Amino acid sequence: VNVGIDLVAVEQIEESIARHGDRFLHRIYTPGERQASGRDPSRLAACFAAKEATMKALGRTDEGFGWDSIEVVSGLDGGHAIRLTGGAAALASARGVVSLSVSLTRQRRNAAAVVLARTARTDGPGPVSRG
Amino acid sequence: MSDSLRDRIRQVVRDHARLPIEIDALSDQDDLFQAGMSSHASVNVMLALEDAFDIEFPDQMLQRSVFESVSGLEAAIGELLGQTV
Repeated sequence: VNVGIDLVAVEQIEESIARHGDRFLHRIYTPGERQASGRDPSRLAACFAAKEATMKALGRTDEGFGWDSIEVVSGLDGGHAIRLTGGAAALASARGVVSLSVSLTRQRRNAAAVVLARTARTDGPGPVSRG
Repeated sequence: MSDSLRDRIRQVVRDHARLPIEIDALSDQDDLFQAGMSSHASVNVMLALEDAFDIEFPDQMLQRSVFESVSGLEAAIGELLGQTV
């Protein structure tokens, strides 16, 4: 299991929207994320933190891909989940990642996310533990 | 690359990277992330550079090696500007 964490100040998201408007929103967030957030800066900050935490959990080094290739979606349990496309999905595949879990939290000033990436190589007991 | 291109990049980094130190204290090769630029600030730098140079960074260029230094940005922007001439 690999873990990634990130913390984002809500005011920085507000600043990006003020400076760059829809260009910021469209480059970073998917249509689903923009709709689900209602353009609420604290929700957008949590979503941004989830994307960055996912990159860390995937062990991104210098791979180039868009922020919108990591999407925060509603999970079946009422929480959140991560959906990967494009370059992020390719990186996850290359790293042997079989599933991702995300936890988000947000307050008025800050939002944070933790992402766990499980890999096939570490699932279940391996040869060493069986011995 | 011309000094003016580098100077314009440095100005954008100064205005948008939220570095805790003056950009003049950093060389063109120094790591901006290690100097305190967050990933979110790098997005602001990207968008501001796109405005300044009328370019758009393609997804495959959204790499740490591009945004981690002035020289990395200079090479990428030079490539993008070259493609549009």
